[in-house]
Amino acid sequence: MIQVEHLTKLYGPKTAIADVSFSVEKGEVLAFLGPNGAGKTTTMRILTASLPATSGSAKIAGYDCFDQPKEVKRLIGYLPEVPPLYTEMTVTEYLTFVGRIKGIEPERLPVALDQVIERMSLGEVRGRLIANLSRGFKQRVGLAQALIHDPPVLILDEPTVGLDPKQIIEIRQLIRELAGARTIILSTHILPEATAVAKRVVIINDGRIVAEDTQEQLSARLRRSEKVSLTLKHPPLDVQDHLLALPGVLSVRQEGHTFLVEAELGRDLREDLGRTAVQKDWGLLELKLVAMTLEDVFLRLTQHEEGVEAQP
Amino acid sequence: MSPVGAIVRKELHTYFVSPVAYVVAFVFLLLTGLLSFLAIATTSNRSMQLLRAQGDLPNLNLNEFVFRPVFYNMAVVLLLVVPILTMRLLAEEKKLKTMELLVTSPVTITDIVVGKFVAALTVLAGMLALSAVAPVALAPFAEFRWPPILTGYLGVLLMGGLFLSAGLLGSSLTENQIIAVILSFGALLLFWLFGWAGQVFDGTALGKVLSYLSPLDHFEQLVKGLVETKDLVYFIAGIIFTLFLTHRVIESQRWR
Ligand SMILES: Nc1ncnc2c1ncn2[C@@H]1O[C@H](COP(=O)(O)OP(=O)(O)O)[C@@H](O)[C@H]1O
Ligand SMILES: [Mg+2]
Repeated sequence: MIQVEHLTKLYGPKTAIADVSFSVEKGEVLAFLGPNGAGKTTTMRILTASLPATSGSAKIAGYDCFDQPKEVKRLIGYLPEVPPLYTEMTVTEYLTFVGRIKGIEPERLPVALDQVIERMSLGEVRGRLIANLSRGFKQRVGLAQALIHDPPVLILDEPTVGLDPKQIIEIRQLIRELAGARTIILSTHILPEATAVAKRVVIINDGRIVAEDTQEQLSARLRRSEKVSLTLKHPPLDVQDHLLALPGVLSVRQEGHTFLVEAELGRDLREDLGRTAVQKDWGLLELKLVAMTLEDVFLRLTQHEEGVEAQP
Repeated sequence: MSPVGAIVRKELHTYFVSPVAYVVAFVFLLLTGLLSFLAIATTSNRSMQLLRAQGDLPNLNLNEFVFRPVFYNMAVVLLLVVPILTMRLLAEEKKLKTMELLVTSPVTITDIVVGKFVAALTVLAGMLALSAVAPVALAPFAEFRWPPILTGYLGVLLMGGLFLSAGLLGSSLTENQIIAVILSFGALLLFWLFGWAGQVFDGTALGKVLSYLSPLDHFEQLVKGLVETKDLVYFIAGIIFTLFLTHRVIESQRWR
């Protein structure tokens, strides 16, 4: 349903995203996870056919986001980071206007309006001015705006940002209910949100995709460990056994003369490894702590959410 | 409904919900009404003087002595109030981040610009229609010719339309409505003054260009009852060109 290939966007000299590729199947929910400034919004704006990419291509249902913007815009519902609300309108007036510019036929509009108000539970506030609504209701009006024309593709940019825990749970529940026939891509900088809502997660950092995984494998990777890279000039054949015998070592992976030694969390192996290599005269060439990009990224993500996790 | 229609309706709704349209129309009608009254009073004083001096009632030309100055005054009042009418149109879409909604919907930037312009023009036309109560009320009591009045209104509408397009351009350049007003008003005044500068450099090529660029000479022809293609072309081309510039500004903001 969504194909993104080698997408790059420069803002002047600044690279916002570089060589981003991923795809989303019809009916799939994909989370776009990354810290602030990673390039999530930029990617999504390109997908909405409102921002031209510098190079690469993005397609929705086979339509090119740059060459066929009208077709693309008909297929998508988009909730930007800041919900685009005309605060001096009532909920009904606002959604009626949105319905019109989304191209809903006048005779179908009242039905579409009632459906989306029902679905987003906006009945009690439909006659109220948007300016006077709570943050949670405003976000639901924002979602209603993205849904009123019943688009097959939903693009939601940080849909729970700025909400309180109860509202966050409600919005996530709504998003889960919307999945099914719809293809949904949502961005977040909150790790538990990605795994709570989506089956598949694409992780972006500094404008590049650093990992793409299912929810289960992602959680497995989260069990972090310390890794040290060791390069030896003349390692003996049984070097792996020697290394595994050291206290705290979990695994050893060999690539030529370089060994990737994984240890328990919180244990720095460099001293032990260095002493052993010198004593046994393996010809120590290099010894360094490996910084895993993915783990770096995880460190910059929001790992926990106060008040949300405890509740169902 | 066409996208342009949807945008026109939304803008008209906003004009009348926030009292901007009422306030602007009220100020416009009050000022033009007052200025019309002054013009009529001056004219009747003059006819009284002539009556005393000559002993019979002179046939003063109402078109020339009343309506023509009123049209000039209307244009000056429009110079002041049109930027107020247009300041919100694009600046607020950016401030509220609702531009994001418009540009991700199946509407083109042309739809947006044209829809906003037509909505503002509708408010302007409504104001002018209300001001037309004056000549209609005068008609039974006074003798004047209608054609120059109709062409005068055409002139005011075209001039107002040109001002509106400039105001829309000003509003596209910023998300601050006050700055939008200042930009629009400054640009309008500048073009207005071109007319004056044209007289200073009268007879030179520069003078010709300046006079041509200013709306004043073109407006004057219409107020005098002379409808000529070149003046109509000036206004219509000016409006289209300014709206085109507005389109370019919005388009370029999308790339950043
Ligand atoms: N309009 C812009 N002009 C210049 N730089 C921008 C603009 N928008 C975003 N950026 C930069 O591009 C990078 C990616 O931004 P963004 O896509 O908004 O990230 P995210 O949504 O993941 O927080 C950031 O470094 C940001 O500063
Ligand atoms: Mg963002």
